[in-house]
Amino acid sequence: MSRDPMLVSRRDMLGIALAALVPGRLSSQQEQAPQDEASARLPRPDMAGLPRTRVTDYENDPFIVNLESQIRCTCGCNLSVYTCRTTDFTCQTSPAMHGEVIALVEDDRSAEEILNAFVARHGESVLMAPPRRGFNIAAYVVPGIVITTVGAGMTWILSRRIHRAAEVPASPEASAQSGLTQDEAELIQRELEQLES
Amino acid sequence: MTILGELALWVAMLLATWGTVVGFLGGRTRRPALIRSAQRTTYALCAVLIVSSIGLLTALVRHDFNVQYVASYTSRNLPMVYTIAAFWGGQAGSLLFWALVLSVFAALAQWVTPRRHNHLLPYVAATTSFIVLFFVVVTLFAANPFERLAFTPMDGRGLNPQLQNPGMVVHPPMLYLGYISISIPFAFAVAALFTRRLDTGWLHAIRRWTVVSWLFLSIGITLGMWWAYVELGWGGYWAWDPVENASFLPWLTMTAFLHSVMIQEKRGMLKKWNIVLVLVSFLLSIFGTFLTRSGIISSVHSFTQSAVGTYFGGFLIVIALGVGILLWTRLPDLEAEAQLESMVSREASFLFNNLLLVGIAFSILWGTLFPIISELVRGTQVTVGPPFFNQVNIPIGLALLALTGVGPLIAWRKASVRNLQRQFAMPVAAGLATGAILLALGFGDFYAGMAISLAAFVLTTITQEFVRGIGARHRLHREQYLTAFFRLVGRNRRRYGGYVVHVGIVIYFVAFAGMAFKTEMEASLKPGETTRLRSPFGHTYSFTHLGVSQYRDLNRVVSAATVEVTSDRGGRVGVIKSEKRQHIDSFGRASFEPSTEAGIHSGLREDIYVVYAGSVAGTEEAVYRFTLNPLVWWVWFGGVVLVAGGVVVMWPGGGPTRASLRRAMPGYAATLVGKPDQVGAGTPA
Repeated sequence: MSRDPMLVSRRDMLGIALAALVPGRLSSQQEQAPQDEASARLPRPDMAGLPRTRVTDYENDPFIVNLESQIRCTCGCNLSVYTCRTTDFTCQTSPAMHGEVIALVEDDRSAEEILNAFVARHGESVLMAPPRRGFNIAAYVVPGIVITTVGAGMTWILSRRIHRAAEVPASPEASAQSGLTQDEAELIQRELEQLES
Repeated sequence: MTILGELALWVAMLLATWGTVVGFLGGRTRRPALIRSAQRTTYALCAVLIVSSIGLLTALVRHDFNVQYVASYTSRNLPMVYTIAAFWGGQAGSLLFWALVLSVFAALAQWVTPRRHNHLLPYVAATTSFIVLFFVVVTLFAANPFERLAFTPMDGRGLNPQLQNPGMVVHPPMLYLGYISISIPFAFAVAALFTRRLDTGWLHAIRRWTVVSWLFLSIGITLGMWWAYVELGWGGYWAWDPVENASFLPWLTMTAFLHSVMIQEKRGMLKKWNIVLVLVSFLLSIFGTFLTRSGIISSVHSFTQSAVGTYFGGFLIVIALGVGILLWTRLPDLEAEAQLESMVSREASFLFNNLLLVGIAFSILWGTLFPIISELVRGTQVTVGPPFFNQVNIPIGLALLALTGVGPLIAWRKASVRNLQRQFAMPVAAGLATGAILLALGFGDFYAGMAISLAAFVLTTITQEFVRGIGARHRLHREQYLTAFFRLVGRNRRRYGGYVVHVGIVIYFVAFAGMAFKTEMEASLKPGETTRLRSPFGHTYSFTHLGVSQYRDLNRVVSAATVEVTSDRGGRVGVIKSEKRQHIDSFGRASFEPSTEAGIHSGLREDIYVVYAGSVAGTEEAVYRFTLNPLVWWVWFGGVVLVAGGVVVMWPGGGPTRASLRRAMPGYAATLVGKPDQVGAGTPA
């Protein structure tokens, strides 16, 4: 069974005790080890995920962030390149695609040219939303058209029915059955409204 | 125990088949022996599925790694709570869990339904047994959790680290409870169609069930958002993932039903529409499961592709065709008892509310399926991600928010001009004033500004309703204001509980609007170095990297990076820790890819969200992503308010109104004075 690196061995323990007993040795060690070198090294770098590179201005550039938010990472995560590279730190694809975006930006390409370059290489599915042309327009307009058409149709049909119902005179049969005058019927109607509201 | 568990599944299959057959026969022939048998079968089904589930739970708890499911989703060093949660963490276990919960609900439905609905119960038993039968068959033949391996591994693979989160212990069961409980209203709808008793009686039988399933769905969706926020580390809570969308669809149709059912109960209208909404909600719950399990759409939530998707696809088609035909034959029995009298009435506003809710459901479904449609039509795959859904759904959502305020204020039947003036003067003024203030402050985002203005409008309508109600009680009954408040809510639970739900929705919208001002940056910092980020509220935060420490904790090695946060206005905010977790098996070997735990400092104004991306060259120099998420706390608070409102609505004691009960009486008929052609009948048996 492999040794747990988190555990301190008896030899290390002895070293620590000796260092405590001999202050001169410890201080000389501190002097020899500059703050940004030895003390900054992780005991188990392999347990801290993939090694990262230093953040440059490109990572926070709004133009690049905006572009990468429109491009889908092709690793299969369904996220944009920006979200993937700042969330899934095990993904090797999104940092590579980020590199491609930077290369194109450095090449002075416009946003549209960069997006087109990705589409040419990976197909339309590399964009986070379908480009608004051809059949894709249906994706954007169909929900609105359906809701508006149904809403308009509903309004038209109901208005006609309401209008038609209003034109029909009070039924003598119904009045005879109920034995109410028009005024009494209206009074009951108002009372019912109050009761139900 | 696993042998007993699998045996119990086979018995469940036989029982469910028996329950389906005798339920339908009993309902048709009205023979008491058959009816009793169908009802008792639901109890027996529940018992055998409990035995089967105990079998699987025992295997999980005992680490019986000879069982493939146990070896695939647990390990010896997995904390016990997650070992138990693995029951629903994998494909096969979750199907058994579904069958178990459905059988419990089916038994409860038989047990608690009042006797006046006895005529529906045999068909309800048959329908629920049929659905249980489907799940048992899938569990037995496509994803059997009791399947054994040819050998016994020393340890299991363990549970995916992202599922090792308290949110994942409760979020999936809640969502499942929501999905599954829709089966009961569905079963009553099918029973009402079979018996042709399509008055409001069946609606009374499902009243609490619909609120229960809506509540579970709401809790499940909100917990899912919370889990995504704290666990996935991308700094958001809703990504319009196909599976998130699938859980949202039945919620939308159930919400539409909860509104439109009031029109049927009050006025005897929308009978066809209500039954369609219940049937569609159930179909959408199965469709959501089909999406997750079939792998036809790529999603972060997808289970491993298997034959299960085919089973669900087939089931969906069979059920859709079956209920479609049944509904078609019953259309003449679903005629409205009254007609709309004015376009300016509560009925009309509820109709438009339904149009928008179903419209949003349609647009989400359309967006989710568009990649498949595009591939079928053009042979080209496209991606439909958050930019599309936000663009299409935000305007519809805002219109819906506006109607949330309009609906409750308009009178039933026909609103007069005086009524409109009295009800809307204050709310409209509040909405306009808020909009003007935001404009004067130079508020940058149009949709966010609209959401906040409409929220002010809706909140004023709700406050006005409470103030008027309390005032009326105070004047009429000389009650103290607090007493008047409690009595007002207690005696009109459905109405005022509904208002509380609306408050929850308003809070959601305002919180969602806050995300338009999300700010983030990346930085690599050596210990002691500081970086700054400006908040949308105007102040600046300083993040000082303190260092990275590594230690062993439970079943993982943790690399924890800490930053000290200070604000230029408020001084020291605190220390935030973000972790990189490398899970290990009981032999100390890395078992999954390292996962990231975000560090979150939550506040009423904004959340400070810190993600430790990793270290530069194995040193303590850490790469961070700092995000400021405005108003996120309010999303969770909105969820609590919404659930509280739902609990008020379904609190025992309240029942259908007298008008509604009258409509449920056999032989009930209404004649509207002055409208001879509008004669409705309660469809006597």
